[in-house]
Amino acid sequence: MTSSKKGYYGVYGGQFIPELLVPAVTAVADEFEAAKNDPTFKTALKNLFDEYANRPSLLYHAKNMSTKLGGAQIYFKREDLNHTGAHKINNVLGQALLAKRMGKTRLIAETGAGQHGVATATAAALMGMEAEIFMGKEDTDRQALNVYRMELLGAKVHPVTTGTQVLKDAVNATFQDWTKRVDDTYYVLGSAVGPYPFPEMVKYFQSVISEEARSQFLEQTGRLPDVVIAAVGGGSNAIGAFAKFIDDPEVDLVGVEAAGKGIDTNQTAATMARGSEGIFHGMKSQFLQSPDGQIDPVYSISAGLDYPGIGPEHAYLKDIKRAQYVPITDDEAVAAFEYIARTEGIIAAIESAHAVAYAMKLAPTMSSDQQIMVNLSGRGDKDVAAIARYKGVNIHE
Amino acid sequence: MTVEKIENVLKNGKGFIGFTVAGDPNFSKSVDYVVSLAESGADVVEIGIAFSDPSADGDTIMKADLRALNAGSTTERVFEMVGKIRERTQVPLVFLTYVNPVFKYGFDRFLAKMQSLNVEGIIMPDMPLEEQAEFVTLAEKYERSFIQLVTLKSGNRIPKLMSRASGFVYVVSSLGITGARKKLTTESRAIIEKIRTLTDLPIAIGFGISTPKQVAQFDYADAVIVGSAIVSEIEAHPYDAEHYLENMVQAMKAAR
Ligand SMILES: Cc1ncc(COP(=O)(O)O)c(C=O)c1O
Repeated sequence: MTSSKKGYYGVYGGQFIPELLVPAVTAVADEFEAAKNDPTFKTALKNLFDEYANRPSLLYHAKNMSTKLGGAQIYFKREDLNHTGAHKINNVLGQALLAKRMGKTRLIAETGAGQHGVATATAAALMGMEAEIFMGKEDTDRQALNVYRMELLGAKVHPVTTGTQVLKDAVNATFQDWTKRVDDTYYVLGSAVGPYPFPEMVKYFQSVISEEARSQFLEQTGRLPDVVIAAVGGGSNAIGAFAKFIDDPEVDLVGVEAAGKGIDTNQTAATMARGSEGIFHGMKSQFLQSPDGQIDPVYSISAGLDYPGIGPEHAYLKDIKRAQYVPITDDEAVAAFEYIARTEGIIAAIESAHAVAYAMKLAPTMSSDQQIMVNLSGRGDKDVAAIARYKGVNIHE
Repeated sequence: MTVEKIENVLKNGKGFIGFTVAGDPNFSKSVDYVVSLAESGADVVEIGIAFSDPSADGDTIMKADLRALNAGSTTERVFEMVGKIRERTQVPLVFLTYVNPVFKYGFDRFLAKMQSLNVEGIIMPDMPLEEQAEFVTLAEKYERSFIQLVTLKSGNRIPKLMSRASGFVYVVSSLGITGARKKLTTESRAIIEKIRTLTDLPIAIGFGISTPKQVAQFDYADAVIVGSAIVSEIEAHPYDAEHYLENMVQAMKAAR
């Protein structure tokens, strides 16, 4: 993929950050460039992946589901089986190792669903660093279990009460905290968003997903998948799932975004369906915003997809038509959540259930000798209470 | 009457720059407040264009942005407001906003509008050196100043920042975001001395300055910028802040 300028993907990307942060972000970029070419760093990360995070993750043939839907063969890339229960750990271990290399002692992070916060708290505990996590007040309420998990791991969780009190506000608060304390602090950005080098670095660490999947497909089926499907919040699990297939034009890439109550309502987080070009959170990309450039409040049942933007490389992949992006509503995602629980015995994250929901639509339109990879980005324990609430079931006696 | 150039009004080294958010608490009062600031002695007035996610700002200004947005702030309405201000005062004006509202309006169109309304310059905290090329070229075309921010961490970036600077240089007094602070360090003194070797532009200092005593502390800068303290007065007295603003500006000017 050619880029016009470092840190740019077509017209998207860049480094739109306050002058105060430029030296800190540049230091991260320089360290990342060095680490990426350092065999010691790569070995250390590989060891953490294999011995701590439970990599490689399985590529699982979902036979029940494939048979029932009566079309393409569906395979799950089981990122839900990673330590801490989601793909987020891949990126966090990479960045925490980088922070350690830079001599930083304090990790800060935003979190939506809480998965990235839990992963950051975990890495901090493992590596003997402090962790402070910023989480929208609304998300601390709907993901209370993850808040307590972070606290158990020794992190301090700050509920963010500004703005819409969800993920975008948590990102604002984390950047603000970084400007107050840059010297000993490293911001572990949790998705493929933000200023350069974050989108590129997060992709680099998450690419392990498609690197493994590519060889697992060749080994288990003798060929590549026809379609790769992943849910898109900021786009980290998706870019990781796409990365090593981007140069295989026969593999279709599909990002699934949260439509919330529907893309024709204002309770949606479907950036690609409804957004426009803008500059926010350090990057030029697509955003849900007013014609005036005020960032819209967004909505999805999924706290991890409840974000008004998308990583710049996704915006670019859409522009050049290398990937397509489709919306899935709350209702469809909840139905998929229940469906794979019953057919495959897997409780997947509500984020991942968005990808499953699209696979359920697509598979029957394909033939049985075709194959789909769904990136099962996380496990759904954290969502059980919210799903019960959604269904009107009272699980608290 | 013509608007004086910022470089000239801040030349005597005793400058005062006041900040207020356009449309806080509503658009008609907001015009009055800009005029009050000017008439009480502010040499330059900085007008904030509200943004949904003002990430360089603390609580005080964040809340003011929200009040302005609730009062119906749009970029077009801010321009209308400046038109009304220009009927009453020729004080040099600069905008402070984030890059997205300007980007959505269109860089060229935005700068053309600034020129027609006699707005001298613009500050965009989320447009660093690395991303300025296009905008700065256009700003030159429309003879508008692009005000560079210099921080305690800018270090060896300062010469490059100065090569692009115009209007005045904005030195950020401390780490973090806007908002009143109890104590301010004078770490900025060395930075200002360095800047003086590189430019003849006036140097203003801001972020966290809220009392006449703090104003006096920065006698080594050509001007001080006071934002959150003014915004707090407007928050406390939304519909009759004129008198409070007058007292504040006069006290701060006297401390210069
Ligand atoms: C399990 C899971 N999947 C997906 C996402 C969405 O993030 P991204 O688009 O960066 O993968 C999240 C975010 O919290 C998550 O927890």
